[in-house]
Amino acid sequence: MERSQPRRQVAAMKQSLFDQGLLDEQFIQLEELSDDANPNFVEEIVTLYYRDSSRLISSIEQALKERHPLDFNKLDTLMHQFKGSSSSIGAKKVKAECTLFREYCRTGNAEGCMKSFQQLKKEYASLRKKLEAYFQLARQTGPMDSACRPK
Amino acid sequence: MNLSHCKGSTMSTPSSSGSHLRSTGDAVSDQFPAGLRVLVVDDDPTCLMILEKMLKACLYEVTKCKRAEVALSLLRENKNGFDIVISDVHMPDMDGFKLLEHIGLEMDLPVIMMSADDGKHVVMKGVTHGACDYLIKPVRIEALKNIWQHVVRKRKTGWRDPEQSGSIDEGDRQQKASDDADYSSSANEGKCSKKRRDEEEDADERDDSSTLKKPRVVWSVELHQQFMAAVNQLGIDKAVPKKILELMNVPGLTRENVASHLQKYRLYLRRLSGVSQQQNNLNNPFMNPDPTFGSTSINGIDLQALSVAGQLPAQSLAKLQAAGLGRSTAKPVMSMPLVEQRNLFSFESPRLRFGEGQMQHLNTNKPMNLLHGIPTNMEPKQLANLHQSAQSLGNLNMRVNASVAQRSPLLMQMGQSQPRGQIVGENGSHVNQLPTSLLQPSVPNRISNGVIRNGIASTSNINPAYNQVPQSSSFMNFPMNQTNEMSARSFPLGSNPGISNITTKGMLQEEVTSGIKGSSGFVPSYDIFNELQPQKSNDWDLRNAGLTYDATQHSNHVQGNIDVSVSPSVLVHPGFSSMQQTGQNRDTTSSMGKAVFSMGEGMDQGNLQSISQPQNPLHIDHSVRVKSERVPDASSQTNFFPEQYGQEDLMSALLKQEGIGLAENEFDFDGYSLDNIPV
Repeated sequence: MERSQPRRQVAAMKQSLFDQGLLDEQFIQLEELSDDANPNFVEEIVTLYYRDSSRLISSIEQALKERHPLDFNKLDTLMHQFKGSSSSIGAKKVKAECTLFREYCRTGNAEGCMKSFQQLKKEYASLRKKLEAYFQLARQTGPMDSACRPK
Repeated sequence: MNLSHCKGSTMSTPSSSGSHLRSTGDAVSDQFPAGLRVLVVDDDPTCLMILEKMLKACLYEVTKCKRAEVALSLLRENKNGFDIVISDVHMPDMDGFKLLEHIGLEMDLPVIMMSADDGKHVVMKGVTHGACDYLIKPVRIEALKNIWQHVVRKRKTGWRDPEQSGSIDEGDRQQKASDDADYSSSANEGKCSKKRRDEEEDADERDDSSTLKKPRVVWSVELHQQFMAAVNQLGIDKAVPKKILELMNVPGLTRENVASHLQKYRLYLRRLSGVSQQQNNLNNPFMNPDPTFGSTSINGIDLQALSVAGQLPAQSLAKLQAAGLGRSTAKPVMSMPLVEQRNLFSFESPRLRFGEGQMQHLNTNKPMNLLHGIPTNMEPKQLANLHQSAQSLGNLNMRVNASVAQRSPLLMQMGQSQPRGQIVGENGSHVNQLPTSLLQPSVPNRISNGVIRNGIASTSNINPAYNQVPQSSSFMNFPMNQTNEMSARSFPLGSNPGISNITTKGMLQEEVTSGIKGSSGFVPSYDIFNELQPQKSNDWDLRNAGLTYDATQHSNHVQGNIDVSVSPSVLVHPGFSSMQQTGQNRDTTSSMGKAVFSMGEGMDQGNLQSISQPQNPLHIDHSVRVKSERVPDASSQTNFFPEQYGQEDLMSALLKQEGIGLAENEFDFDGYSLDNIPV
């Protein structure tokens, strides 16, 4: 039965995620952690991440709403957490945006924070969508070979 | 660990494979590091899950925890249930560093910090708080594969259990001794061997007497809270192990336990309050595995603390430290003239020879009574050490006790600064050099030194006592303690034959020197005691503190004959001078304890007995951790009362302290089991 095509598709999709800079090496690490006991380990982790990060995002949003003045410390703390979990799953672009946001916090740049946050939300949404598509396809395809690393 | 390997083959649940591979307790199984029991603490569920998976892939046994409080209670419930802890820095309920401190205080497990934050100051904070490693998130599995090294390292250097195979200790001690001991290598060697003997003997003794042997105390939350309540009630300045112990009213808890825990706690506080530079130094030793450093710091810490408390004259503190430091390294932890100290410590027994001109060197007349006068907040350990040394001296001078009558209330009053110098400089009869400030009383440390030199092997005990003294510091006028510490340190010097220091008092001198073989370093402390004799019991709260000089006893025999039987009792009495006199101590190594008794006529006999606590306490105490390993030491240390300690004990205690303490101590005192000292 023809499985190579879907497989290739999945592989290609994944590769593009890397190429676009959405994912980094850490994602590979997670994939390598999958085993027979947890074949869909990465998906589980990413799902967990969604849950956690949604919460954080709304907290940050809330904090940003309480302007004048902005509580940069609180924002920084929240973003620190968000950055930590994003980096753990290998969300490269999201992580970069977090760093930028924190930098704005550090300098007390409210405008910068707002803008950065908007960008971050966009990246986050984009990643989420793409990953969901990816996992869906992967599930349909069945167990995949080891991930091809972006060299 | 090869991921692919794990992954490819059916990786049977890591936990299961891990569990059967698991190494139990401290024993390292063949499959080590597989089965390493890791506790992971992180509030981020994503990270937590990933870490768990990675650790399992490394074949470790993982327990994960979202909250620091939960982690702490898990650790407390299963004291030996984990080998290593990995914790996030930023957590909502408790700061990661605080958790780190707690773990260090209570369980002393290796802790790895991790964070997405890789800023230098955060990493530095991790280092200063004692983390054994710092990982940057995202954590890669490769980084986790090697964490077992921290466990092994800690076991090797931190958990020196005197009770364990003596060989290990000896090795350690020897190592330490050689490391630290600047003083004559020969002395060290002598010491080492003595120590070894002491150790073995101590171990034996310890094993024999159930009373002596104390199981490691686990400081549970409740216990710690009781401790804290007691400390707060007494006031940090006045919080001495003995009183704390009384307030806590926990059966089975010994003064040594409290003393060492107090020491840790003080360090912790210091760290919190942004330690002064000195303290920083001191603290560093905490984290710093460098033995010499540790010793210095510890002493420094204690001394500082003490000095801070106003009890210990800063100078003396410095001196003590210096003394201690001088031993191994002239770490000027305290602005003490390390050099001096060094001298003190380095006094090669010949100087101390008490008999000989006893205290000539002592002449510094610095009030050896380190103990005197200085409201030694010295950590009990220190005091204990002092005492111990004193005791050893006392043993020597047991007779002296009587003479000690004049003892200044705090031993220290000896007015002879000698003690200081002696103690410190036992090594080279520099003792005298001890900054007078230290000991105000010029405890004829020299005497002790000299005496101790006699090969008071027990001097080593003394040292421990010394250290211990600090614990009981309250009573011991800090100065004493200091000297103890110093002497303790110096003990390893080996130059002092036993507590030659003690002999400074002159009392023991003859005896001490003969008896105190090993403890050369220790002598100084004894001197104080000796001088303090008059004080005997008064000052020697420490005594009660448990100078459990049992250690000395051990040391006595360990030494093989510490004539100086620096019986802890000797130490006990501030006026150990009697000890000094008790040349008899010398001959009766074991009589140390007895001698002590005689010494302290006034001394609470009872205390003396407490001294009989395992010599080990001497050494043990220093370890900040209330490790029961040395636990006996803890108690013994406080047992200032050399009574029980025979010189041997003292010596051994001292030696042990030096050697053992080092190993065990976090502080890594050089060779000194000085753990106590810093108290």
